[in-house]
Amino acid sequence: MECNCIEPQWPPDDLLMKYQYISDFFIALAYFSIPLELIYFVKKSAVFPYRWVLVQFGAFIVLCGATHLINLWTFTPHSRTVASVMTTAKVLTALVSCVTALMLVHIIPDLLSVKTRELFLKNKAAELDREMGLIRTQEEIGRHVRMLTHEIRSTLDRHTILRTTLVELGRTLSLEECALWMPTRTGLELQLSYTLRQQNPVGYTVPIHLPVINQVFSTNCAVKISPNCPVARLRPAGKYVSGEVVAVRVPLLHLSNFHINDWPELSTKRYALMVLMLPSDSARQWHVHELELVEVVADQVAVALSHAAILEESMRARNLLMEQNVALDLARREAETAIRARNDFLAVMNHEMRTPMHAIIALSSLLQETELTPEQRLMVETILKSSNLLATLINDVLDLSRLEDGSLQLDLETFNLYSLFKEVLKLIKPIASVKKLRVSLSLAPDLPEYAVGDEKRLMQTILNVVGNALKFSKEGSISITAFVVKPETLRDSRTPEFLPVPSDNHFYLRVQVKDSGCGISPQDIPKLFTKFAENQSTATRNPGGSGLGLAICKRFVNLMEGHIWIESEGLGKGCTAIFIVKLGIPEGMNDSKLPYMPKMPTNHRQTAFPGLKVLVMDENGVSGAVTKELLMHLGCDVTTVSSGDECLQLVSHEHKVVFMDICVPGIDCHRITSRIYEKFAKRNERPLIVALTGNTDKSTKENCMRIGMDGLVLKPVSLDKMRSVLSDLLEHRVLFEAI
Amino acid sequence: MDLVQLQRQLVDYRTSLYHEGFLDEQFTQLQELQDENNPDFVVEVVSLFFQDSERLLNELSKALEQQIIDFKRMDAHVHQLKGSSSSIGAQRVQKLCIVFRNYCEARNVEGCLKCLQQVKHEYALVKTKLESMFQLEQQISNAGGSIPV
Repeated sequence: MECNCIEPQWPPDDLLMKYQYISDFFIALAYFSIPLELIYFVKKSAVFPYRWVLVQFGAFIVLCGATHLINLWTFTPHSRTVASVMTTAKVLTALVSCVTALMLVHIIPDLLSVKTRELFLKNKAAELDREMGLIRTQEEIGRHVRMLTHEIRSTLDRHTILRTTLVELGRTLSLEECALWMPTRTGLELQLSYTLRQQNPVGYTVPIHLPVINQVFSTNCAVKISPNCPVARLRPAGKYVSGEVVAVRVPLLHLSNFHINDWPELSTKRYALMVLMLPSDSARQWHVHELELVEVVADQVAVALSHAAILEESMRARNLLMEQNVALDLARREAETAIRARNDFLAVMNHEMRTPMHAIIALSSLLQETELTPEQRLMVETILKSSNLLATLINDVLDLSRLEDGSLQLDLETFNLYSLFKEVLKLIKPIASVKKLRVSLSLAPDLPEYAVGDEKRLMQTILNVVGNALKFSKEGSISITAFVVKPETLRDSRTPEFLPVPSDNHFYLRVQVKDSGCGISPQDIPKLFTKFAENQSTATRNPGGSGLGLAICKRFVNLMEGHIWIESEGLGKGCTAIFIVKLGIPEGMNDSKLPYMPKMPTNHRQTAFPGLKVLVMDENGVSGAVTKELLMHLGCDVTTVSSGDECLQLVSHEHKVVFMDICVPGIDCHRITSRIYEKFAKRNERPLIVALTGNTDKSTKENCMRIGMDGLVLKPVSLDKMRSVLSDLLEHRVLFEAI
Repeated sequence: MDLVQLQRQLVDYRTSLYHEGFLDEQFTQLQELQDENNPDFVVEVVSLFFQDSERLLNELSKALEQQIIDFKRMDAHVHQLKGSSSSIGAQRVQKLCIVFRNYCEARNVEGCLKCLQQVKHEYALVKTKLESMFQLEQQISNAGGSIPV
């Protein structure tokens, strides 16, 4: 049998066979070398996650190579072993390839994702790099700004601030030129005020309403402007091609801009212009961070300038205040000097004026008592009348000065209202009857009998008012009414500012004096209460008034927390004077409080004090003797001592009054008073302690009150005065004479 | 000289004393205090005044002769003198005392010396005048008349 399986060694298509043979060989070679390369490089690199994939892949490749290698033997007739090896190899290869193919389905997406992650990371790194760059530039800017600000703010002088700004900016940014254009006072032009390079810039001006300038002013960013515009022509023309130019606005803040509520807004539109020029021979451009720097600096400059302005303002205000202080101080000292001078004058006049008056009046009255011819009598009466008038005038003036300067205090004591009015009536009846005027007095039934107030001054006020009524009435009648003000009637439309409020221990007394005299025209009414202002029409008819009367009344009424006014319907229609004063209601008012007072309201003064034991302490023998005699004349049993210790030794509960002459230095009245207090524990046993002094100082009186004395009497003391002093003392147990 | 003339003389003299300012109304008060219980009150008080004043004036002279002048003590003395003179109504003396006190406060030695001289002078004057007045009164009462007030 012929076997067709034995092929000839080199069949006729052996060229193709030959190429296949060679290719297979190279494939096998390649297939064997790839895993080797892979192993080599993987061993080299540390990171390769898929090692076992590599093994698989290697196996796949090796088997493929083996297959192709074994294929080499199949070109020639081969034995069955080769065939079986071939088959095995192919089967294995098939297996491994399929597995690998399956594997690759898993692996390739992973590998791809690795790639994407790598790309992502690269992007991120680039971004971070960019940001780093930004931060660094910002920090740079910050550092520059801080440095600049420090330089700028280290001074409060406007010019230094501006100059330093330019210098520092020039330095930091390496500028060719830097200039500041300030608005002129008219606000219509910008004037070149400062430049970096030129020492004294010639005063170029540019109108403010150029479009480029408006553009810069309208934003708070730095704006690139053309080097050819007027504000940028800072270098001598010609040679240079200027570098890039940037302009920024610098707000000029005034004090009035600092309104807390709209602080972010700039309420004024005044700006200066800062122009910055880069060097022309470098190809530099303005970077963003540099622009930001410029903007920040412009703002800082604005703040620094405003601080300087505020400082200037406050310095000016302070200087003004200092001047005013000095002026006020001077004025105050002048006023004090004037007051002192006036007080000195008053003090002197007080004594000096009254003494001669007293002498004149006393001697004239004495003269009246002697034998005189009728002519002489007339003369003496005239002298008396005139001097009485003068004395009253002097008293009035002195009173008014004291009233004005506030040193007058009311002497509050309990007195009888009814008897006061009766007294007034008694005093004016003679004059009224001479003038044939009818006077009527009506007192309201609910008017309390006793009141607490300054009797003397109330009397003075009533007399003055009634006196005026009499003076200005030729005929007719005068009516005086007095009643207690009720709350309902308090609201008077004419005196809205005066609202009396009665209370438990006070009431308001209202007195109305109506006359049918010549009246007053409405325009004169306000002037009535001013000092020395006389009613023109009456001045000629009644010479002799000082014009002070009503002014004094007003002061008294005010002191009594009241109000006084006059109503008149016009000339010839009479007038009504009304005043309201505040009086106190005496508490527990009954007769048992006043042991020495008889039932009659008037004439309750004792004329003699039989057996009243009195102790007189006076270092001065002469004055002590006089005081002793005075008291003895009044019936007292007087003991005199000339020292405080003697006084303490001799004083006993039998003594009712101790008179201490305290004008003499050396007597410690405080000590003696307190010892007397100690000695007599019970109040009723203690004698009344009264100071006798020629010292009219108010502080003396206050001191006496303070140390517990019961009274103060001014020397010289006449017999009558001593009589009334003792009487009052025993009645009220306290007597502080008005100083 | 007959009684009426003497009385008139006394009245004129007294008036002149007031007029010239030697006495003031305090003296009148003193005279008012004199009555039948105490008929020599005025003379007694005035004598007391003379004694007191002489003593005080001596003290003042001595004080001003010292090396170191104690103004405080001097002031105290002058104060006493002022008090006495005002109590009897010796007006001029009293006024001078006020001035004297001011000099003392100002520690003005020259002023004090000058003032002391003046006070002494015035005191001497008023003493003479009062003594003359008392003599007149004595003459009147010797003649059996009453002393006009």
